[in-house]
Amino acid sequence: MKTYVNTGNKDTRSGFGAGLTELGKTNENVVALCADLTGSLKMDEFQSNHPERFFQVGIAEANMMGIAAGMTIGGKIPFTGTFANFSTGRVYDQIRQSIAYSGKNVKICASHAGITLGEDGATHQILEDIGLMKMLPGMTVINTCDYNQTKAATLAIADHVGPVYLRFGRPKVPNFTAEDQKFEIGKAINLLEGTDVTIIATGHLVWEALEAANKLNEIGVSADVINIHTIKPLDDQAIISSVKKTGCVVTAEEHNYLGGLGESVSRVLSTQLPSPQEFVATQDTFGESGTPAQLMKKYGLTNEAIFEAAKKVIARK
Amino acid sequence: MPNTQQLKDLTTQVRRDILRMVHKVNSGHPGGSLGCAEFFVTLYNNILKTNNQFSMDGKNEDLFFISNGHISPVYYSVLARTGFFPIDELNTFRLINSRLQGHPTTHEGLPGVRIASGSLGQGMSVAIGAALSKKLNNDNHLVYSLHGDGELQEGQNWEAIMFAAGNNVDNLIATVDLNGQQIDGSTKDVLPMGSLRAKFEAFGWVVVDIENGNDIEAIQEGMAKAKALTGNNKPVCVLLHTVMGNGVDFMMHTHAWHGKAPNDEQLEIGLAQNPETLGDY
Repeated sequence: MKTYVNTGNKDTRSGFGAGLTELGKTNENVVALCADLTGSLKMDEFQSNHPERFFQVGIAEANMMGIAAGMTIGGKIPFTGTFANFSTGRVYDQIRQSIAYSGKNVKICASHAGITLGEDGATHQILEDIGLMKMLPGMTVINTCDYNQTKAATLAIADHVGPVYLRFGRPKVPNFTAEDQKFEIGKAINLLEGTDVTIIATGHLVWEALEAANKLNEIGVSADVINIHTIKPLDDQAIISSVKKTGCVVTAEEHNYLGGLGESVSRVLSTQLPSPQEFVATQDTFGESGTPAQLMKKYGLTNEAIFEAAKKVIARK
Repeated sequence: MPNTQQLKDLTTQVRRDILRMVHKVNSGHPGGSLGCAEFFVTLYNNILKTNNQFSMDGKNEDLFFISNGHISPVYYSVLARTGFFPIDELNTFRLINSRLQGHPTTHEGLPGVRIASGSLGQGMSVAIGAALSKKLNNDNHLVYSLHGDGELQEGQNWEAIMFAAGNNVDNLIATVDLNGQQIDGSTKDVLPMGSLRAKFEAFGWVVVDIENGNDIEAIQEGMAKAKALTGNNKPVCVLLHTVMGNGVDFMMHTHAWHGKAPNDEQLEIGLAQNPETLGDY
């Protein structure tokens, strides 16, 4: 069985910051906007390298989205930075009309997604953002799993023409994907080959899926593990070909089971290859304060939860 | 450049277009459109410096953004009559498969439109973004925008107004159509906004009043004054005092025609008050 090595825990938001720093040097059309969270989004290096291309808008996210839309006129590629909650729900109509409907080349970069920002509690967490963003026609939705992949995705979205929602997080998590990877939007990555169950995970849950696959392997269950970093457009073919082998699927995400990755996978399977599915996701609830680890355990977003879901879904075959 | 009489003739024709467009589909917003007819005609013929070929990027030309997109009839009429798309296309306003959507969009690729508007309060931010882009591109052309007065009740405007002053966005002229009306009644009755001049000035803008916003010469003079004030570290606001429904007597001075089309008889009365000058579409 292929093994993945954690080269040291790192936060995905720092991967975004590193990618943005590199873009600052390589792409003069890239501009960055931030709503008073420069440090949290790790945008400070871009800001100090390129003060003329960095726009501090203050605590005014709606205005930030509108300015970003306007800056595309004239050829700029704006990257907006704030927490996921304030990047989506707070400014939904601004994104909808000025960015998505208007087809503007804005990159909405959102940190502190899900519940793993921890102690700040539910006002600053969001478990609905994937659903909100994937519903918008023309919006690309990406949720990266570790530092290296977030950096690669940040570089890749600058070359993609069209609005993108890039979702990442606050905590330090295992960094295990290749440092020099090329990020292909919409292309799922098959991390482990298996035959008994497919595990499709996104974001912080990808590492947990690998851990779960190890535990399943110990009891003689072979798991196919797919890292779906792009939730829209979804790699239907990767899902179909894996589930054809395994006959069942577990989806895993740090998001509400309503509107998230799991529902997108269900849509693909129900129309093309109806198969048993179990959802590792939050159950239509808000989060709360706590450490990231405590929250992931309480809300059932652990490798143990994936392990149990896999056993359950195999039994349903 | 057209003279005042030519602009007046064009305005009369634009009023006919507006009435006929909304009448045909029995929907749309004639009141605010009529109130801004002189402004649009003057802006597109004597003020904006635009390139011959429309491009979304709008480099090295003046840009205009409409934030109160519901007055699309006047916008479409003037765009068509200044050559952005065929005048005949005004026939398709609000019809299925048309580029002339109820509210302006970029989605169908209508030349002249660079942002969707309709959901109110968003255009100021967009105009600021475009103005910042011009500065980064060392492009000395200006960005113009138009906003309803009722629209300023949307909070995003004040985020934008604060930002523009704080960041010396001095290549922007934001015009407010001060007609004192909104859907539910006069702005005074719906939500009194106090002195807009005082508010913009307090935020750090310079303000130019055009007291008769339905007079072409007054608009030319006021906009020239506004233009002269750009480039001095402060954004410029024009308070354009207009009469809603201007040029059609029964539509004037009331909010009643904000979003209501005339019937056959009312159309005839309105058209009789605005005889054909340049040919109907």
